[in-house]
Amino acid sequence: MNINLTLISQMIAFAVFVAFCMKYVWPPIMKALDERATKIAEGLAAAERGQQEQEIGRQKALEEMKAAKEKAAEIVAQAQKRYNEVMDEAKRDAQGEADRIRNAAHAEIEQETNRAREELRERMATLAVAAAEKVLEKEVDASAHKALLDSFAKQL
Amino acid sequence: MATAELTASDYIQHHLTNLTLGWLPDKGLVFAHNAEEAAAMGFWALHVDSLLWSIGLGVLFLIGFRKVADSVTSGVPGQAQNFIEWIIDFVNENVRGSFSAKNDMVAPLALTIFAWVFLMNLMDLVPVDLIPWAFGQFMGLFGADPHHVFMRVVPTTDPNITFGMAIAVFFLVLYYSVKIKGVGGFVGELTLHPFGKFGLPANLILEGISLLSKPLSLSLRLFGNMYAGEMIFILIALMYGHNIVLSLGGGVLQLAWAIFHILIITLQAFIFMVLTIVYLDMAHQTDH
Repeated sequence: MNINLTLISQMIAFAVFVAFCMKYVWPPIMKALDERATKIAEGLAAAERGQQEQEIGRQKALEEMKAAKEKAAEIVAQAQKRYNEVMDEAKRDAQGEADRIRNAAHAEIEQETNRAREELRERMATLAVAAAEKVLEKEVDASAHKALLDSFAKQL
Repeated sequence: MATAELTASDYIQHHLTNLTLGWLPDKGLVFAHNAEEAAAMGFWALHVDSLLWSIGLGVLFLIGFRKVADSVTSGVPGQAQNFIEWIIDFVNENVRGSFSAKNDMVAPLALTIFAWVFLMNLMDLVPVDLIPWAFGQFMGLFGADPHHVFMRVVPTTDPNITFGMAIAVFFLVLYYSVKIKGVGGFVGELTLHPFGKFGLPANLILEGISLLSKPLSLSLRLFGNMYAGEMIFILIALMYGHNIVLSLGGGVLQLAWAIFHILIITLQAFIFMVLTIVYLDMAHQTDH
């Protein structure tokens, strides 16, 4: 266990190693570690921001959806109203048309009936005159008794 | 491997002698052949084994870290970078926790101490006889007598190494004390506390002891722990080769001690680092 020159040599070696470590080893590694810490901090901040933005987006989407739903309901209600209106109008139109057609038919029937009745009446008059002529055999003058015959036909 | 021609004390002595290069009056510049010769070389001798292992491990540490620092990325780290970052984070946290002033040198210093001392201590886990035996055989190829070729592989069991580091730290403590507080401030700190100016001699003795105990406690703690640990490995190794019961017992003991020693070597490296940080922090404190 002699103390000798080894001690001084070790001191020199120690000083050289510390100087080397201080110059070429510690700073670059420390720099990288600091850089990484900054990077991680930035990443975390960005993640937080992203989350906030996502939350805002979600809220906005919900609002939009709500508005769209309201609008859709409004449109449906309007459509329902319009449908009812159209239906009522169509019903009214159809009813009017039906009434019109029925009235026309009634009028026509009436007309036809009247005409047939008129015709029948005239024919009966003629027939009666012809029958009377046959019965009287020239005793009755058609023109002389025309007024009589007409009143007779009117009573039919 | 206590062989027949080698007594237990010879074996231990062999393991505790450094490969010493020095000047002998009658032989010139030679490697010491025994402990007496090593002692005779005096101060101007080098423990070649301690220095080679210590510097080799220090260079290994710096190369490993420098390689990672070269290709360091702030993106996703690779496995090597992950490991290095883990160590650096650990050291940095300790520096931030104990060192309140601003000094860019302290953290790299702490890292160097921690990694280097740990690596040197780690050599203790290499089986005690393996490297000395291999080195003896290797030198035998060049005609040397393997019994007189010494090799200690754990630099931290050499007080030169631990004192060298502790004294370097002590110089830093002195330097920063004077730099931060000024010569007057530093001398005042040594002489005017804790009893005021009328208790000056007592103050000087108390503060002087407290100052000088710093490098002593740093180096002796590390040296003592590692020396004792290695000694136990050597004693356990003595159990081998006698009979099967002792050999098996030795194997079990060695395994148990090695596992326990993993804790000690890490702890000692950590303590050396933390105390260095604390001493330097005290040197930077202006209000006493």
